[in-house]
Amino acid sequence: MQKDTSITASSLIARNKIIKNGQCIFEYPGNAETLLNETYNHFEIAYPKFHKMDMLCKLGFLAAEILLKGTNHENKYRETETGLVLSNAYASLDVDLKYAKTIQSGASPALFVYTLPNIVIGEIAIRHHFKGENAFFVFKQFDGNFMAGYVNHLFGNHLIKNCICGWVDLFKENYRALLFLVEKDNPENAMAFTAENLNLLNLPEHG
Amino acid sequence: MEKLKKQIIERLNLKDLKPENIGNDQPLFVEGIGLDSIDALELIVLLQQEYNIRLSNAEDGPRVFYSVRTMADYITAHSGAVKVSP
Amino acid sequence: MSSTSWIAGLGIVTAIGKDLHQNFESLTAEKAGIGAMQWLPSVHANELPVGEVKSGNAALALATGLSPKLPRTALLSCLAAREALEDAGWEKNNSLRTGFISANTVGGMDKTEDFFRLFSTNPVAGRLADVVHHECGAITELVADALGIRHFVSTVSTACSSSANAIFTGARLIRSGLLDFALVGGADALTRFTLNGFNTLMILDKEKCKPFDENRHGLNLGEGAAYLLLASDKGMKQLNKIPYARISGYANANDAFHQTASSPEGTGSFLAMKGALEYAGIPPSAIDYINLHGTGTQNNDIAEGTAIQLLFDPAYPKMSSTKAYTGHTLGASGAVEAVYSILAIQHGIIFPNLRLETPMKEFPFQPVTSCLKNQRVQHVLSNSFGFGGNCSSLIFSAA
Repeated sequence: MQKDTSITASSLIARNKIIKNGQCIFEYPGNAETLLNETYNHFEIAYPKFHKMDMLCKLGFLAAEILLKGTNHENKYRETETGLVLSNAYASLDVDLKYAKTIQSGASPALFVYTLPNIVIGEIAIRHHFKGENAFFVFKQFDGNFMAGYVNHLFGNHLIKNCICGWVDLFKENYRALLFLVEKDNPENAMAFTAENLNLLNLPEHG
Repeated sequence: MEKLKKQIIERLNLKDLKPENIGNDQPLFVEGIGLDSIDALELIVLLQQEYNIRLSNAEDGPRVFYSVRTMADYITAHSGAVKVSP
Repeated sequence: MSSTSWIAGLGIVTAIGKDLHQNFESLTAEKAGIGAMQWLPSVHANELPVGEVKSGNAALALATGLSPKLPRTALLSCLAAREALEDAGWEKNNSLRTGFISANTVGGMDKTEDFFRLFSTNPVAGRLADVVHHECGAITELVADALGIRHFVSTVSTACSSSANAIFTGARLIRSGLLDFALVGGADALTRFTLNGFNTLMILDKEKCKPFDENRHGLNLGEGAAYLLLASDKGMKQLNKIPYARISGYANANDAFHQTASSPEGTGSFLAMKGALEYAGIPPSAIDYINLHGTGTQNNDIAEGTAIQLLFDPAYPKMSSTKAYTGHTLGASGAVEAVYSILAIQHGIIFPNLRLETPMKEFPFQPVTSCLKNQRVQHVLSNSFGFGGNCSSLIFSAA
């Protein structure tokens, strides 16, 4: 079991707030769609493909953008060195229903393309050119034990040098994204990447 | 073609664009507006739903959807008496 | 302490057979299961050939002891999963730790479609109970309960590479000593949702598919389920039988190119195959057979072929796509093809790439076109490349 991996950044999008490393850096009232679009505008992300994404992908994409902001990630790692391990409970149900409505009148390919939860990983990978190990799991709730075990295993087998992992879930107005950046170095004030710490950070008081 | 531009913008969710931003002869794919293969498929559905035209061969796509004008010409050619007004 | 992942049991149901034996018979008889839709009520019934499991839900329910009202994916999953457990001689009350890692992309969509049709015309129509099992995780839970597996249950949903990923997730858990047995694989039933979706992407062939053929026109959708029971060294001792094979390598990479298309250079495919070989510690020349992802689409076959050329040139192993038999079984495909790869090792047989007439002009190699027996098959590479750029390769080796 890897003892020297640590959580070097975190991002949380929930209840109209954008929280980076425990600090609220933006908030906007309104529904999920409004929040995500305003967040995109506020941080001047300039990635037109964003507007084509379904709600789950917008959520995951933004959570990853916020997570990596200011970390100098693109200069630290090569394309195959970053792992992406995400999970959720609703899979792609939000867009599944939207797509299903279009079948009668003319199935929409742009919606169909999103009817798989791992497309979130695809969008993040395309944006940042990540070609490393990637996986998507469906669980009833965030499982810190599984996540820590699985990701530390990847580090232990030298398959990755850093990992973006966590939870990206959305169904209608019910949304929550909690991502962690996990690296091998151990900066003094960084939290160790363990199941206990993941479960702790997932508690409501933290967001 | 104005109506067609509005339909394209709406169907493809091109939030930052208005009809006046799209030139009649401006390439829609790659350079120009920068649409991709999924957008091409959506345009095929648009032809079917709004104009009742079935493009069954995906390979015709690049030619038909080259620009708004080529799309409009195709629609006119395949709609019988219905002419798409500029 | 790092255990090997032995393959102790196999279970499978596809368009070419309701169990392992039937599937094997069809493979060697070169008998495909693709044809007109018989069970799925769709407006495309006479247009699009599919690889349907030749059973209605009532018959599947009878075979599994589950309710016929359950989603078809759950019925297929249970049938194949149970076969794998029985094949291995696994007992429910053994003292060791068993996990169930199952993949699917469709969930209970077939039931939701029926519900939605009624609900969209009348808000009080449709049985809510039908949609309770809609999402992917529910299918896994249902089947885990039916099988009596509680220690660890998880669902993987990464499109067409889902069950390949489920397989190596199980192998990882065994390797790290967290499980003694891992029942791994996947299931997906045909639904109008997927049929219409793929149709709108214009990648379906209106004829029976021709993977790796110069004149290929797309894929045929299929359905099915397949599972492997993996066992650790300790688990094998308890089962007291000879394993079929072992998992010697696996790797996963992201193509990072497009949501549903592969990069023309096949970057993700290349990284996955190369990674699997490195993990197994064997050179490309040690591979005796590649079970291709080979969907029959213009895009996949050229990307996969390009990656193979880059990795194997000038010495190419024998290869074939068995999707010409079963169609593309989506979430189940990684596991279905894992079972076929293991049968190849067990029997020393290389299954053909049916309906190949004209090899692709881009490549100096082509798949085999007839069933080859008495072959030395020690290492098999199996590819599964999914939407979202998720590319996985598995290597199975003789025990």
